Amino acid sequence: MRALVIDDSRTMRRIVAGALEELGFTTLQAGDGQQALDVLEQEGEVDLACIDWNMPVMDGLTFVTRVRANPEWRNITLMMVTTESEHGQIVRALAAGAHEYLIKPFTPDAIRDKLDLLGLIPAEEPV
Amino acid sequence: MSLTQDTFAFVADVVRRRSAIQLEAGKEYLVESRLLPLARDAGHAGVDAYIRDVRAARREADLVEIVEALTTNETSWFRDNTPFSALRTHVVPTLRAERPVLDTLRVWSAACSTGQEPYSLAMTLSDVLGPGARFDITATDLSEHVLAQARSGRYSQLEINRGLPAPMLVRYFQRNGHDWQIADELRRTITFQKHNLLDAPPAGPFDLVFLRNVLIYFDLETKRSILSRVHRVLRPGGFLVLGAAETTIGVDGDWERVPVERGSVYRPVKPGAVPTPRAAPGAVTGTVPAVPSPAFPATTRPSFARPATTLPTTRPRPTSPAGPAFEQGVTR
Repeated sequence: MRALVIDDSRTMRRIVAGALEELGFTTLQAGDGQQALDVLEQEGEVDLACIDWNMPVMDGLTFVTRVRANPEWRNITLMMVTTESEHGQIVRALAAGAHEYLIKPFTPDAIRDKLDLLGLIPAEEPV
Repeated sequence: MSLTQDTFAFVADVVRRRSAIQLEAGKEYLVESRLLPLARDAGHAGVDAYIRDVRAARREADLVEIVEALTTNETSWFRDNTPFSALRTHVVPTLRAERPVLDTLRVWSAACSTGQEPYSLAMTLSDVLGPGARFDITATDLSEHVLAQARSGRYSQLEINRGLPAPMLVRYFQRNGHDWQIADELRRTITFQKHNLLDAPPAGPFDLVFLRNVLIYFDLETKRSILSRVHRVLRPGGFLVLGAAETTIGVDGDWERVPVERGSVYRPVKPGAVPTPRAAPGAVTGTVPAVPSPAFPATTRPSFARPATTLPTTRPRPTSPAGPAFEQGVTR
């Protein structure tokens, strides 16, 4: 499975991409929403996008809205990964079409739990 | 620094006598990592010195803390996910279909730790039963410490991040400083009480028991006796949900597995049915009543019965709290 990590902090991109790679994803990266749209145009659909909220050029919420407006990208699972933690902001992101919302800081286990909810972790066989 | 054999043997004995949990050789690292914070709080550099002090002082409070430190486990919301989607797709629909009158659905969440499991159950049942849902959850744990947090319904951001679906977060929680506070409407559905799985079970009967990731800590005889006590308080036709890596097979023949998704879901074998051949040779049989104990007659509990025709119709719902379909609950 393929994931696109969108964050203007290179360190944060590395952390999120590293956690996803541990879980078997191949990852692409973008530094803002506009770059991320360009990556999708060039590379085609991905399974998952992890999206920071506050970024230059195009913020994460606008990116979510743009992706959800394009039927070709309807299968992309969208997860906000951000320090924005007010109740109302989470509601806004979900209303715009984000499927999940992870608040920074987080542990790698938290990413795994979210992907499990989203059905993006391969099933483990009962022992 | 590793523990002395003497320290480990003492701790393992205390934990086994008080909780029946077996700390086998090789678990020294667990004892050391869980007890080191207690040792430091008591002014000791290491666990050996702390335990020497505990043994000399013979304070009950120390022993309680030690047992709690070694039996409390990290927990997440909707842990493993599958059992909760099984509630939506199979368990609740089956109970509704088989019961002409579905009154209050009674649930026991055993070893509930800091409350994520019973609250996840409450969120799922509110959702799947619809408006006017009637259910109550008895949530138990050995540790007063974790029960206190569970009762408060207050969780840190890091705890919230562990598996709570964002639509559930915005529907059932409000910010409270840096923490999140769960809605009173959910807290009211749960009674938290201290309970040791080795003792008599809480007053049943229950329609559903969640007993997950607990049996793995016990030896075979203790597993059998716990399962037999659960059997006694489960209604005929009720459901038992175990952890993903747990099974009744080879432990207790009075259960049959329900093939629902990849969950560990079981029901009591129907009275008079041929016992399952899957029980291990030598398994204790014949000691478990096939029907709930008459000590808990159904008529003694408050009835909220109403005709099935007045039940809210099941709204179409996604089979798991995931994916785009779940957004329908988001914008409210």
